[in-house]
Amino acid sequence: MTIKGKAYIAGAFEHPTRKAPDKSVAQLHAECAKGALEDAGLTKDDVDGYFCAGDAPGMGPLSMADYMNLRLRHVDSTDTGGSSYLLHVAHAAEAIALGKCSVALITLAGRPRSEGVATGTAPRPGNPAQPDIQFEYPYGPTIVNMYAMCAMRHMHQYGTTSEQLAWIKVAASHHAQYNPNAMLRDVVTVKEVLDSPIVASPLHRLDCCVISDGGGALVVVAPEVMKSLDRPRVKLLGAGEAPKGQLGGDVDLTFSGARWSGPRAFAEAGVKPADIQYASIYDSFTITVLMQIEDLGFCEKGQGGRFVADGNLISGTGRLPFNTDGGGLCNNHPANRGGMTKVIEAVRQLRGEAHPAVQVKNCALALAHGTGGSLGTRHGSATLILERE
Amino acid sequence: MIAMESRTLPAPEPNPETKSYWDAAQEGKLLVRICTACGRAHHYPRALCPFCFSDRTEWKTASGNGTIYSFSVMQRAPVPYTIAYVTLDEGPTMMSNIVDCDFDTIRIGMKVKATFKPTESTARLPMFTPA
Repeated sequence: MTIKGKAYIAGAFEHPTRKAPDKSVAQLHAECAKGALEDAGLTKDDVDGYFCAGDAPGMGPLSMADYMNLRLRHVDSTDTGGSSYLLHVAHAAEAIALGKCSVALITLAGRPRSEGVATGTAPRPGNPAQPDIQFEYPYGPTIVNMYAMCAMRHMHQYGTTSEQLAWIKVAASHHAQYNPNAMLRDVVTVKEVLDSPIVASPLHRLDCCVISDGGGALVVVAPEVMKSLDRPRVKLLGAGEAPKGQLGGDVDLTFSGARWSGPRAFAEAGVKPADIQYASIYDSFTITVLMQIEDLGFCEKGQGGRFVADGNLISGTGRLPFNTDGGGLCNNHPANRGGMTKVIEAVRQLRGEAHPAVQVKNCALALAHGTGGSLGTRHGSATLILERE
Repeated sequence: MIAMESRTLPAPEPNPETKSYWDAAQEGKLLVRICTACGRAHHYPRALCPFCFSDRTEWKTASGNGTIYSFSVMQRAPVPYTIAYVTLDEGPTMMSNIVDCDFDTIRIGMKVKATFKPTESTARLPMFTPA
């Protein structure tokens, strides 16, 4: 059993807001759902499967399904942080392949910017029943210093430099200049990244993603539904998922779960990393991108620094055009969860609907990859391979 | 950079599975959990071995000696501090803080030894300082 060719992404919508103090979180979810359904040419009444994660207000899918008054026969609220929405695409395809639903709606939304959340720099106490909390929270783990420890170890083990990491931000900024909705539209230089203040060594302020309100939604449909729609056909070829943690104390911060989810997705799709024309790579931090590029097999382990340098990720000039919307580093990181926007930009590229300045010519094969949770402790990884039919 | 000693440490919240660990820390002892079935030590401590899933696990007093696996100085904090993963001589790697030293001198591979710091409650936290 495979999901290869069993489902299509028919609708995709990224909310244009980046600051929404005047909207509720539920409203943002619903506005994203409406946008994605209209994009697909479907209506709310066509939806029979609903997928959401921890950003959805209420118990699992129940409150949002009720808010939108959906009549459902399949729900899934798997939460693996920012990677959830890539898992949801895969899980929706599995459900569609089994006949459990035919039009699956996936939503994400949140308002960390309006709510003044110190997303990256404040330790979060969490639920004391979470088994790791008492051994970590008192030491002050934050989102930034956890990823910073990955960067520090990568530098130590492979000679990766801050200049190389900075190139990832530079590439994202080159793309963001064409996105009118992007939070940071100014093209930056390596020097500007290095001159920005250290948040947690060795990561600078400009190594970090933005904090934004907003959201997004996807509509995943069965082949027979896709045939009835007048939209470019974006087919799911393969998917892989893998959680990774501290391995019982055999901590290894130099690789991510992409080492496991990537090969599963490539095997199911029957393609190789070298075949990929465009990649959406989760970019909570520059180091996140570098590690995933290695783990997905775009270069050898430890060579990520050389691979990303000198503009190699910039569309039109580089070998691996990435995050052509500006990504989490410059465009948008709604609800502190960047997986949804990764899929959306991959869909734009495959449809030929990206900004002309960053559109990959004849883009027929794309990858989207997400990391959720923390690379420094425990995280979910999810990889999707998508094809324009 | 040398840290001020004004950082208030949150107290851990022990549970029946972990109470012995925190009781020992209060007395200045670092425990590791060892599996008598497969012989391996792990961290954080669990009743069931994360390697072989045996329930034959027990406490062992660690030497308190270790090596810095990675670290980061959290600059953007009211009181900067250094978070780290320290690989214990007994095998497992644990999250902790590096304290009582000039943060600029901290390096991966540095030998460190345990020290126990007071928290907002009576509990003490195992931390590490250059050996």
